[in-house]
Amino acid sequence: MEKFLTHTGSGLPLRRSNVDTDQIIPAVYLKRITKSGFEDGLFAAWRNDPNFELNQPQYKQASILIAGPDFGTGSSREHAVWALQNYGFKVVLSTRFADIFRGNSQKMGLLTVILPQEEIESLWQVVEEKPDTQITVDLQSKSVSYQGKSLPFTIDDYTRWRLMEGLDDIGLTFTKIDAVAKFEEKRATFKPKTLPIR
Amino acid sequence: MGKTLAEKIWAEHVVSATAGEPDLLYIDLHLIHEVTSPQAFDGLRLSNRKVRRPDLTIATEDHNVPTLNIDKPIADPVSKLQVDTLRKNCAEFGLRIHSLGDVDQGIVHVVGPQLGITQPGMTIVCGDSHTSTHGAFGALAFGIGTSEVEHVLATQTLPLIRPKTMAINVEGSLKAGVTSKDIILAVIAKIGTGGGQGYILEYRGSAIRALSMEARMTICNMSIEAGARAGLIAPDQTTFDYVKGKPHAPTGADWDAALAYWQSLNTDADAKFDKEVNLNADELAPFVTWGTNPGQGLPLTSAVPNPADFANAEDRGAAERALQYMDLKPGTPLKSIKVDTIFLGSCTNGRIEDLRSAASILKGKKIASSVRLLVVPGSARVRLQAESEGLDKVFLDAGGEWRSAGCSMCLGMNPDQLKPGERAASTSNRNFEGRQGKGGRTHLVSPLVAAATALKGTLASPADL
Repeated sequence: MEKFLTHTGSGLPLRRSNVDTDQIIPAVYLKRITKSGFEDGLFAAWRNDPNFELNQPQYKQASILIAGPDFGTGSSREHAVWALQNYGFKVVLSTRFADIFRGNSQKMGLLTVILPQEEIESLWQVVEEKPDTQITVDLQSKSVSYQGKSLPFTIDDYTRWRLMEGLDDIGLTFTKIDAVAKFEEKRATFKPKTLPIR
Repeated sequence: MGKTLAEKIWAEHVVSATAGEPDLLYIDLHLIHEVTSPQAFDGLRLSNRKVRRPDLTIATEDHNVPTLNIDKPIADPVSKLQVDTLRKNCAEFGLRIHSLGDVDQGIVHVVGPQLGITQPGMTIVCGDSHTSTHGAFGALAFGIGTSEVEHVLATQTLPLIRPKTMAINVEGSLKAGVTSKDIILAVIAKIGTGGGQGYILEYRGSAIRALSMEARMTICNMSIEAGARAGLIAPDQTTFDYVKGKPHAPTGADWDAALAYWQSLNTDADAKFDKEVNLNADELAPFVTWGTNPGQGLPLTSAVPNPADFANAEDRGAAERALQYMDLKPGTPLKSIKVDTIFLGSCTNGRIEDLRSAASILKGKKIASSVRLLVVPGSARVRLQAESEGLDKVFLDAGGEWRSAGCSMCLGMNPDQLKPGERAASTSNRNFEGRQGKGGRTHLVSPLVAAATALKGTLASPADL
């Protein structure tokens, strides 16, 4: 995973709530067995509408998605995170994120930042009026800043550290693998096993 | 102070806990399928890692498989490659797999319980958000992403921050024609699609205790639709009776030890939930969704709501968009809405009891000439059981289609899809835009409402026949 310290870019306003992962990447795109190339499927159904924000030239450079509440609900498909990243998004701002989507983002290094809805509204207005407004999302200072304004956000220290170091969770767990082996020794014998097949 | 059931199961599975870090949680069972696993196996190969516990892992083919002509090679080459990739990965890493044509193939959340590998007190994960289904057994079960699938394959653990707990208390008794599907649709409508974010739900109360295991699975299955990664129900005699005798259920002294443990799995009387929500089962009616998220639901006797009546601007905007997509006008009685397709199946309502309940309404009758009825059993064994009871004949004689097992039209990955503009009454779990096929429109319903709707051609409950 790439380290995430700070990112500056322009924003794309997505004035919709409950953007589920079926909208982010429809199921037909999930037949692929790779982690790349999902950008063509990002918001595929909505992109048929020429007025959809992703189709508007002023937002072509956007790397920060500013979404309505409850972003990423529904299916656990990590393909939603891959599609956003493959397209070029580095950060998603919203008032609320679905738990699985947020977890998947944190594994992949896509930063999800929670802001109050009134701040999301302000950002929408600013970005709609001036699409090239530069927004800086800084994980070191835990702030989102634009036009001289700075908004603090919270993120748990552990996740922040992992993202800033670009650390892979599996590697971290392997440092505790002896504890896993010890745990396995005392597991109850009645717990089911899938093998041998009964 | 006492502990909630979720807290007890969590504590039992903590491998290592460090202040300021997520707990490292041991995973008792990992279910995998073709769609969310290929990139995880690639990750293992890249890092030269093995699957730590093949004996706690099981694979089945469900999301992307056809439900017709399953004895022939899969026609779609992209789907075929994905299924073949799962088979190759399982062979390479020594994992058990139930492939298309195998008697134990089926939707992963139907297969686990029927094999008896879903048991109380376990931690169960799968790269599928409806893993919450297994919570019906008093297990802590939740969906994970592909990075986490790789993590579990490699280490049999997951680093997780413990969610808060929420009690959903459902007291009273359901009226005839009202099912567990209606309970969960009412819960989601009440707390919203984000209401359960950050929580594990525990469904409690006399109405929950009275439900069969399969009805409980329907409720826990849709916890994710309320935003909760997991939802569970304390195990009781209904649970123990269901598990007993299943292929992987404990036997002999193991059964006695397991039972003693399982009987300790309940929320202590003095435990405190972070939040509680109450529902009165006596007041519930058959429920149906009118919009494009599972929280947009109402009793079937209602009319399509007017977006202007929503106090909250976000809800108003969402309702406006939903009605536009669904091609519905405010004030239209829900019972006057005509549908084109009825889908009976999925990990929510594709079990034998669901098929029996729909068949009880359809028996000896014909579906409306304007509709198509697609019946897709949740597993190959459910299909066989239904056929042994003559349910396939009931569906076929009524004018329906009888298919092989899989996720099918619930997510429209295989050829079973709605056409643009088509409207479905579906026993599945998601009414998202285009979920069941690009441009398709979905109303979520119980199997009883699905069957009654098939007969009338408009949204209906058995009482309307």
